[in-house]
Amino acid sequence: MNATAAAMNLTPLLDVEGVCKSFRKPDGDELVVLDNVNLTLRPGEIVGLLGRSGSGKSTLLRVIAGLDQPSGGVVGYLGHPVGGPAAGIAMVFQSFALFPWLTVLENVQLGLEALGVPVPEMRKRSLQAIDLIGLDGFESAYPRELSGGMRQRVGFARALVVHPNILLMDEPFSALDVLTAETLRSDFLNLWGEGQLPIKAVLLVTHNIEEAVQTCDRMLIFSTNPGRVVSEIPVDLPHPRHAQDPRFRALIDRVYVEMTARPRSESRAGPKSERFPGTGIGTVLTHVSSNVLTGLIETVDGPPYKGKADLPAIAEEQHLEVDDLFPAAEALQMLRFAEVEGGDIKLTEAGAQFAQSETDERKKLFARHLITYVPLAAHIRRVLDERASHSAPKSRFFDELEDYMAEEGAEQTLRTIISWGRYAETFAYDDNRQAFSLENPT
Amino acid sequence: MRLDRLPISVLRTRYVPGGWDVLAFVLVFAFFIYAAQAAHGLVGSLAHLQATPISLKPSALIGYSARTALRMLIAMVASLIFTFSYATLAAKSHRAEVILVPLLDFLQSVPILSFSLTILFFLQLTPGRIAGAEMAAIFLIFTSQAWNMAFSFYHSLRSIPDELVEVAHNFQLGPWMRFWRLEVPFGMPALIWNMMMSMSGGWFFVTVSEAISVGNTTVTLPGVGSYIALAIERKDLGAIGWAIAAMVVVIVLFDQLLFRPLAASADWFRLEQEVGLTPSHCWALTMMRRSRLFGLMGYGFAAMLRAGMKAPAPRPRRAAAAAGSWRSRLIDYAWYALLILIGLLALWKTAYFVLDEVRPAEIGRVLLLGLITLTRVAVLIALASLIWVPIGVWVGLRPRAASFVQPIAQLLAAFPANLLFPIVVSEIVIHKLTPDIWLSPLMILGTQWYILFNVIVGASAIAPDLRYAGENLGVHGWLWWRRVALPAVFPFYVTGAITASGGSWNASIVAEVAAWGSQTLTAHGLGAYISTATSAGDFRRTVLGTVVLSLFVVTLNRVFWRPLYARAERKFRIS
Repeated sequence: MNATAAAMNLTPLLDVEGVCKSFRKPDGDELVVLDNVNLTLRPGEIVGLLGRSGSGKSTLLRVIAGLDQPSGGVVGYLGHPVGGPAAGIAMVFQSFALFPWLTVLENVQLGLEALGVPVPEMRKRSLQAIDLIGLDGFESAYPRELSGGMRQRVGFARALVVHPNILLMDEPFSALDVLTAETLRSDFLNLWGEGQLPIKAVLLVTHNIEEAVQTCDRMLIFSTNPGRVVSEIPVDLPHPRHAQDPRFRALIDRVYVEMTARPRSESRAGPKSERFPGTGIGTVLTHVSSNVLTGLIETVDGPPYKGKADLPAIAEEQHLEVDDLFPAAEALQMLRFAEVEGGDIKLTEAGAQFAQSETDERKKLFARHLITYVPLAAHIRRVLDERASHSAPKSRFFDELEDYMAEEGAEQTLRTIISWGRYAETFAYDDNRQAFSLENPT
Repeated sequence: MRLDRLPISVLRTRYVPGGWDVLAFVLVFAFFIYAAQAAHGLVGSLAHLQATPISLKPSALIGYSARTALRMLIAMVASLIFTFSYATLAAKSHRAEVILVPLLDFLQSVPILSFSLTILFFLQLTPGRIAGAEMAAIFLIFTSQAWNMAFSFYHSLRSIPDELVEVAHNFQLGPWMRFWRLEVPFGMPALIWNMMMSMSGGWFFVTVSEAISVGNTTVTLPGVGSYIALAIERKDLGAIGWAIAAMVVVIVLFDQLLFRPLAASADWFRLEQEVGLTPSHCWALTMMRRSRLFGLMGYGFAAMLRAGMKAPAPRPRRAAAAAGSWRSRLIDYAWYALLILIGLLALWKTAYFVLDEVRPAEIGRVLLLGLITLTRVAVLIALASLIWVPIGVWVGLRPRAASFVQPIAQLLAAFPANLLFPIVVSEIVIHKLTPDIWLSPLMILGTQWYILFNVIVGASAIAPDLRYAGENLGVHGWLWWRRVALPAVFPFYVTGAITASGGSWNASIVAEVAAWGSQTLTAHGLGAYISTATSAGDFRRTVLGTVVLSLFVVTLNRVFWRPLYARAERKFRIS
């Protein structure tokens, strides 16, 4: 359905203007999650919000659904500001979020029950929705009797039965295996294309680039920390779209380039990122296992890439989701084992040396880079060296990190540094005592 | 939409009543007749009650069991209503939570005897009628049932997955609908387990709640508890035997008709399929599902709920969220200040009331008695652990044994300590033993089973792969216990031990004073102190003893059990 052109002239269903969202940290500082987000949704279009996990796109979706209040800005739905859960905006959840104690039919009826629809009509509409979405015969099943794909179909039926104007989809296919996701997605697109769905527009949140290109009429690229829309990419390929189509590949490449682009300007005060990110102790470290880092270096070093690889190609070959690949690439970049730019990853000299070394040498090299380029690691090591006991409680560093980031961020960062520190044998950590030390058990 | 596509269970019509229908009909009407008869006793006068003493004839037990069972059911309904309102308020309002949760902690540690002081209040509600005394008895049973249920529901409410809450918001479920469609079903599995525990607790204290004696006021309500009390007074071993038989029958009936169907249906409420010991099939549930009578009753209930669901969802308070947090914080401070003020006032009042007659030296003595009871509880928990942990592990690894042992343990948990008085007291007197040591086992009589229950559940939850890995590596003997079995059941064991310890403190009131006929043995301890003070009608000493006991229990929970539990959770959780 190529409705984009026609849709341009229609009044928007949804108008998000300057939406901000921030959380207050324990010490009183604000943590900005959404920063001045604008977007419009017009009848007849599917818009994709594409970004990494933790980029605030799910928060935005919840703000739009009225489940969360923005700290600033306005969400306009049909010309009125959204102040709470609005009739006409229904949501499909990543985890399906079905009520395990209700049958398929009862789950689907839920929204109609809440609207007080009379029982006969409720039943009729629910069975219609169940029919439409291909759940016939499963009406009296309980969610736990269904496979993931069937469960998400219930999630769709439940949302469609209330005849919403806008369907919000929060990574609806990401909890499914590839084959099931593919089937469900194409079923949905077929129904949408045939105009069988009782909805006017769709807002899809995803971190799967191929899925976005496959599905959307427009893609909005979301940046991390703070979340904001950095660019918009229209998709004007006709349906059905084929992944082998060169135009399709070109779009995917373009998204990778946009997503790996460095922030054009640092508007915020604080630690400046120079050529490489991760300069200050206040950088949130996404947890990436040393296995993944090693594997990625080896892949890029090996044939056919020989030290420089196209990220989309690697994602496809290694079956890596963007959410796995980008943090790994960024961690390598921070450790100066690789550079990432324009959708490519290129090993540095140290990276190449790492790839060709044995385990012990690798660990030494990793340790050297960890201390030199990750300030938090250097900081922990320094504290442990200075103390007579050569040990320090985790809480000491946790409190320090909390000056810069939210609690979960600090928790995650420490988890990452513990895992890297253990691999590099730079310091040890005892979970029972919740303390860092220099002693490794011998 | 084609009607012939309707799922079979929706459209099935049956005109000929089947066997299940007949059974359901008989059971439902038997229940109504029995409830009506038992309720008949409520309206009589107190004088009449005192003129008809309890009879030790076995045939009288039928009526007594019915009365006792009805009291327990009413108390259970009251506990449920209390649970739903109290826990919901605590979970929904942060301001209420601040006071309600510690209050619940405290209430849970107050022994049932201390509540019996309220009997005068209830008697004055309906002067000269039985109803007041019945209310007092039901209230006492309620105090042995309600608190852990409220805790369980509160914890469930706090742990509802975010996305289910979001679904409820997104589809505009009103508060009433959210409660019945989301919150109650989610909390049900845990709540049912706690209801079963509560019922056992009610039986354990059945004599205390029916034969109430505070100072000069003595009320003996017809029931199994009063029957047992009289049998002990008259040294009638035969009657004790009959009472045990009657109790077993009633407990089995409750289990078959109430708890098994509930547990089996709650299995469907679980978010994920856990390895548990709850039965997933039972005949009573089949009957309820297959019979039209229960179908109609269920339909009526559902229609009633649905009528309430139409209440529109309240418009969210956008203004309240945005209207500057300083104002809400100001109200917070005012609220805390008020709570502190009330707390201080209550403290001062209590101290004033108690110290009016009690010398400071006696407070020291009561604290010492608390230490003695503490020692008893600690030693008993340790001993029970030594015995039941290995047995529990052994049973838990054998599903057939587990399905056999569990109902028996459940029955034993309900076994009132008084029933063992004949044996214990005679043995102690004959062999001239010290009551201080030999009365102690009574404390853990009903509560040790919680250790066994939980260890069984823990052992049956050990992943088969872990066991195979252990076997594969040739881990045997003590090493196997140390590295495989004990760590795996540890978090479950801690849960059981916390329950057992709390229950033992409460049980001290019936365990430290034992009577058989004219012989009364008293051990030194806080339970005996409270028990003696209550039967003497000494309010001040009862309050003092209760406050000290609560202090011990709450402190023990905070400084020992809670950290231990947190550690067990962190260390032994996989993932």
